[in-house]
Amino acid sequence: MPADPSTTSILPLVAILVSMLVVPAILLSGRRPNLREGWTFAAAGVKFVCVLLLLPAALRGASTSLTLFELAPGVGLSLVADPLGVYFALVASGLWIVTSVYSIGYMRGHGEKKQTRFFASFALSLSATLGVAFAGNLLTFILFYELLTLATYPLVVHKESPQALRSARMYLAYALTAGLLLVVAAGWIFARTGTLDFAPGGIIAEGVFSDGELKVLFMLLITGVGVKAGIMPLHSWLPAAMVAPTPVSALLHAVAVVKSGAFGILRVVGFIFGPALMSGQGLDVILAGFAGATILLASIIALRQDNLKKRLAYSTIGHLSYIALGAALLAPGALTGSILHLSAHAVMKITLFFCAGAIQVHAHRSEISSFNGLGRAMPWTFGAFAIGSLGLAGIPPVNGFISKWWLCLGSLESGRDIALGVFLLSGLLNAAYFFPIVIRAFFLPPDAAGDAHPVRGEASPWMVAPLCVTATLAVVFGLFPDFPLPFFELAKGIVQSIVAGSSPSPAG
Amino acid sequence: MTESFSQYGAYWMCFLVLTVGLYGMLMKRDYVKKVIALSIFQAAIILFFVIAAYKEGAGVPIFDKEIGAETAAAYINPLPHTLMLTAIVVGVATVGMALALLIRIRRGFGTLDEDKLKEKMKS
Amino acid sequence: MSSHLPLPVLLTFFGAALFMPLAGLVHRRAPWVVAVAGSLLAGGFALFGLLHVAGHGEVRYSVGNWDPPFGIELVADPLSVFMLVVLAVIAAATLIHSREPVEREVAARPALYYASALIMLGGFAGIVSTGDLFNLYVFLEIAALASYALLGANGPRSAVAAFRYLILGTIGASFYLIGVGFIFIETGSLNIADVRAIIEVVGLTVPIGVGAAFMVAGIAVKFALVPFHQWLPDAYTEAPSSSTALVAPIGTKVAAYVLIRLMLDLFPGERIESALHLREILGVLGAIGILWGSIMAIPQTNLKRMLAYSSVAQVGYIALGIGLGTAYGLIGAVLHILNHACMKSCLFLVSSNLETKGRGVKIGDFDASLRRDMPVSSAAFAVAALSMIGLPPTAGFFSKWYLLLGSYEEGRWFFIATIIASSLLNAVYFFRILERMYLGGGDEPARRERTRGAALLATPAAALAVGLLLLGFGNAYLVSEFIFPIVSGP
Repeated sequence: MPADPSTTSILPLVAILVSMLVVPAILLSGRRPNLREGWTFAAAGVKFVCVLLLLPAALRGASTSLTLFELAPGVGLSLVADPLGVYFALVASGLWIVTSVYSIGYMRGHGEKKQTRFFASFALSLSATLGVAFAGNLLTFILFYELLTLATYPLVVHKESPQALRSARMYLAYALTAGLLLVVAAGWIFARTGTLDFAPGGIIAEGVFSDGELKVLFMLLITGVGVKAGIMPLHSWLPAAMVAPTPVSALLHAVAVVKSGAFGILRVVGFIFGPALMSGQGLDVILAGFAGATILLASIIALRQDNLKKRLAYSTIGHLSYIALGAALLAPGALTGSILHLSAHAVMKITLFFCAGAIQVHAHRSEISSFNGLGRAMPWTFGAFAIGSLGLAGIPPVNGFISKWWLCLGSLESGRDIALGVFLLSGLLNAAYFFPIVIRAFFLPPDAAGDAHPVRGEASPWMVAPLCVTATLAVVFGLFPDFPLPFFELAKGIVQSIVAGSSPSPAG
Repeated sequence: MTESFSQYGAYWMCFLVLTVGLYGMLMKRDYVKKVIALSIFQAAIILFFVIAAYKEGAGVPIFDKEIGAETAAAYINPLPHTLMLTAIVVGVATVGMALALLIRIRRGFGTLDEDKLKEKMKS
Repeated sequence: MSSHLPLPVLLTFFGAALFMPLAGLVHRRAPWVVAVAGSLLAGGFALFGLLHVAGHGEVRYSVGNWDPPFGIELVADPLSVFMLVVLAVIAAATLIHSREPVEREVAARPALYYASALIMLGGFAGIVSTGDLFNLYVFLEIAALASYALLGANGPRSAVAAFRYLILGTIGASFYLIGVGFIFIETGSLNIADVRAIIEVVGLTVPIGVGAAFMVAGIAVKFALVPFHQWLPDAYTEAPSSSTALVAPIGTKVAAYVLIRLMLDLFPGERIESALHLREILGVLGAIGILWGSIMAIPQTNLKRMLAYSSVAQVGYIALGIGLGTAYGLIGAVLHILNHACMKSCLFLVSSNLETKGRGVKIGDFDASLRRDMPVSSAAFAVAALSMIGLPPTAGFFSKWYLLLGSYEEGRWFFIATIIASSLLNAVYFFRILERMYLGGGDEPARRERTRGAALLATPAAALAVGLLLLGFGNAYLVSEFIFPIVSGP
C-alpha cells in the first residue's frame, strides 16, 4: 500500500490531553469526592468520544496525524492515530469508563486513603496510554512509555506498606531499565537510518545493520517493550504489582500498561522491523521461543497460586505472550489473532479482576481456598467470573474463542505446528486453573471457618454492574466480532497494511 | 640530556623550583607550609615567563637612541614581564585569601595541622 | 551599542559589585536589591547578545582600542553569548532566592557577601567573553578568589574545605598559565584566534603540545574531572547553602566552556589529536567520572554531598561529549552545560530551602512532612530529579540523547554502556529521596509556621523546574537555532 491517505487533526492530541488536563481539577476538588469523580467521568467520556471520532478514518485504513513540533532535530513529537493505534485506544478508553464506575465502588467500599492521588494518577496513566497508542515514532512512544511508568508508580505504591514500597521499587527498576534500553535502541536506529517513524512493514532496510547487530537491536527493543508485556524472564514485577488496589490491577495491569507492552511488540514487529526482515533474520524464532515458553510456564505457575490476584497476574503473563507469539508467527492469520487477542483478553481479564476486587471488598477473601460456596451468595459476580474463565480457556461463544481460532489458524498457515500445540495446551491449562475456582464457589459447601463471617448478598452495585457489563461484552464480541465496535474489521485492515508494506515486490 | 641542560638550563632550574612548590602544596601537613609552597610555586611560574623573555645580549626594553627602533632583536621581549606584573598581583591576592582562611581555621579549631584538623572535624 | 556587545554583562556584574559597600550603608537589604537588579540587568544584556549574535554573527571588541593581537579582545560569538545567558539566568535565580539564606547564614556583612558573589560572576563573564589567553587566566583567578570567599563563609569547617579548594584551584590555574607560557614562547601571541592561525602554519611543535597538555590539565582541575575532583564534594557540602547554589551550577560549567574553547578553537583538527589524544583522554576520564560520581553518590547521607558527587558525574557527561568531538557529541556537551546548570541549580536551591527552613539536609531525616510543608520545593525537586535521571520529556533526557547519537556515530560502545549505567544509578539515588519525600510516613499534622520570604525561596526553584520542562520540549529549536552554530563554527 502506498503512503496512507492521512489527514491532520487535533483529535489525537485532545484524546491524550483531556485526562491530563483534568488532573489539576481532580487534585483541587479532593475534598469533594463527588465532584472529583465527576471530573474523571467527564474526561473518560470525552476521551472515548474522541477515539470514536477517529474510528471512521481508521476503518478506511487512513490515519489521522498531528506533528506538534520537533522533539529533537529530525524527530517530531508526532501523533498518528493509525488503525492499530485507534484499536488500542478504543480498548483502553472504553474500559476506562467502566473501570471508573468500578473504582468508585471499590475505593469507597474499601475505605481507601489518598483517593485523590489515586484518581489523579489514574487519569494521567490513561493519558500516557493513549499517547503510547498514538505515538507516531519511536521517540514519542518512549516519551509516553516512560510517562506511563511514572504515572502508575503512585498507584502501585498506593498502600505505602513496606510490601507496596518493595513492589513499587521493583516495578520502577524493571520499567526504567526497559525504557533505557528502548532509548538506546532508538538512538541506534536513528544514527543509522535517520528516521524513527513507525511505518507498516518496517523502517529498517536490508544492509543498514549487520546480521549480528540486527539481533542485538531486536533484543534491545523486545526487552524494552517485553518488560511491560511480562515476557519471561522479565515478568516478576507484575505479580508483585498486584499489591495495588484492584481497579489498578484491572485496568492497568490487565489492559493499559501491560497491553502497551504487547502493543509495543506489535509496533516493533510490524512497524520497525517488518515481517520480511524478521523472518529473513530468524528474529521471529527468538521471539516465538520466549513467548511460547512464557505461555506454558506462566500457566503452570498460575496453577499453584492460591491468591486470586496472583493467579490472575500469571494468567495475564501467559495471555500477553499469546499476542507476542501471534506477532512472532508473522502469518496474516496469526497477526489478526494477535491483534484480536489484545482486545479480547482485555475485556475478559478485566472482568475477572473486577470479580476478584468485588470478592475482596465484599467477602474480605483473597485466597482461592477460602472461596467455598461463595458463588451462592454472589451469583452475579461468579457468573461473570465463569464467563471470563470460559473465554480465556478459548471456549465459544466468548470472544476469547475467536482470537484463539485465528491464532491457531495462523500457526497452521505459518507451518509452525508447535505453536498450535502451545495454544491448545495453554487452553487446557487455563481451564485447569480457572474452572476449579468456579466449581469451588458454586458447588462446594461453605467452610466452617467462613461461618464466622458469613457472606450475604452481592457487593455494591457500583462494582457488580461494571463486571456484568464487561462479561456481557465478552459474549457479545464472541457472537458478533464487529458489533458494537468493529474490532475484527480493524484488525484485518491493520494486518493487510503490514503485509503490504513489508513486501513491496510482487514476489511477496 | 646534557646538551638539553646546557641549552635550557634555566628552564630546568625553573622546573625544579616548580616541583618543590608542587610537592609542598600537596604533601605538607601544615597549612602554613602549604601557603609557603604556594608562593614558591608561583614564583617558579614567574621565573618561567621571565626566562622565556630573555635574549642573549639584548638590553632592557627601553628605547635607546643608539640602537633605534628598527632592530627589535636588541631589546628583550617586554610583554612577559608585564604579564607577570599581573600574575604577581594575582599571587598576592591568592596568598592573602589563603591566610585569611587560615586565620579562620585557626580560630575555629586551634590548629593548622591537617591530621589534627581531620580528627577535630570528625567529632 | 552592538559593537560593544561583549562589554555590558561584564561591566554590570563588576559595576554592581562596586556599589555594594555603599548599598550596605543604606539599608540592610539594599545589597540584595542591588545584586538582584544587577543580575537581572546582566541577564537582559546577555539575552540581547544571544539574539543579536544569532541574527548578525559574532562581535569582536578591542579593549582600549588596541587592536588584536596586541591588545585584549573581547568576543561575543555564539558559544560565549550562550554561556552568558546560562550564567545570568542561574545567577538571577540564585540571587533572588538568597535573601533569607544569606541573612541566616552570613548575617554579619551581607554587602561583602554579595560583592564577592558579583565579582565571581563578573569573573565568570570575563572568562566567557575574553579572546585572550592570559586575560582568561586573570579572570579565572578573579572568579576563583571570589568563590573561595563565598565557599569559606560558613564557619571554620567550610574554611578548611575552601582552603583545600584554594590549593588545588591554584595548582589548576597555574598549570593553565604554564601552558599559556609554552604557547606564547612558540607563537608569540596570546590572542586565541591569532594563536590558532599561527598553529595552523607552524604545525604541532613540542612546546605547543606541552602547552596544550598543561592547559587542559589545569582546566580539568577546575572542571572537577576525575581524578581532579576531590576538592568538590567537601567544598560544596560545607559551604553556606546559598554559595553552593551559586557556585555549583556555574563554576564547573565555565571550566567546561574553557575546555570546549580550547578543543574547538585553539587545538582543532586531527593532527594534535593524533599526537596528544587529548579528546580521547577527556572522553574516557569523563566516562569514568560518570560512573565514579554516580556510585559515590549512592551511599551519601548528606543531600548536599550527594548532589556534589552527582555533579562529578554530570561533569563527566560534558567531558564525554567534548571527547567525542563530533557534532552530536558537542551539541550534547553544550546542551548539557545548560541543562545541568538548571537542574543542579534547582536541586541546590531546594537543599538551601531545606536548610533555611531549619530542616537540615540529612537524607535520613526526610519524610512526607516535607511535601506537606514545602509542596512547591518538593515538586521542583522531583522534576529536577527526573531530569537528572534523564526521563523524557525533561531536559536531561535530550542531552543524553545527543551524546548517545554521538557515541553511535563514533561506535563508542563503552560510552553508551556508561550512559545507561549512570541513568540507572541516578534513578537509585534520586528515587531514594523522592520515596522519602512523598511516601515516608510523617503523618503528623503539617507545621504551618510562616517562614519569612517563603515565596522568594520557592519561586526560583519552581521557575527552574518549569524551565527544565520547557527546555525539554524546546530543545530542537534551541539546538538548531543556537547550539548548532557553535558546533559548526563561523
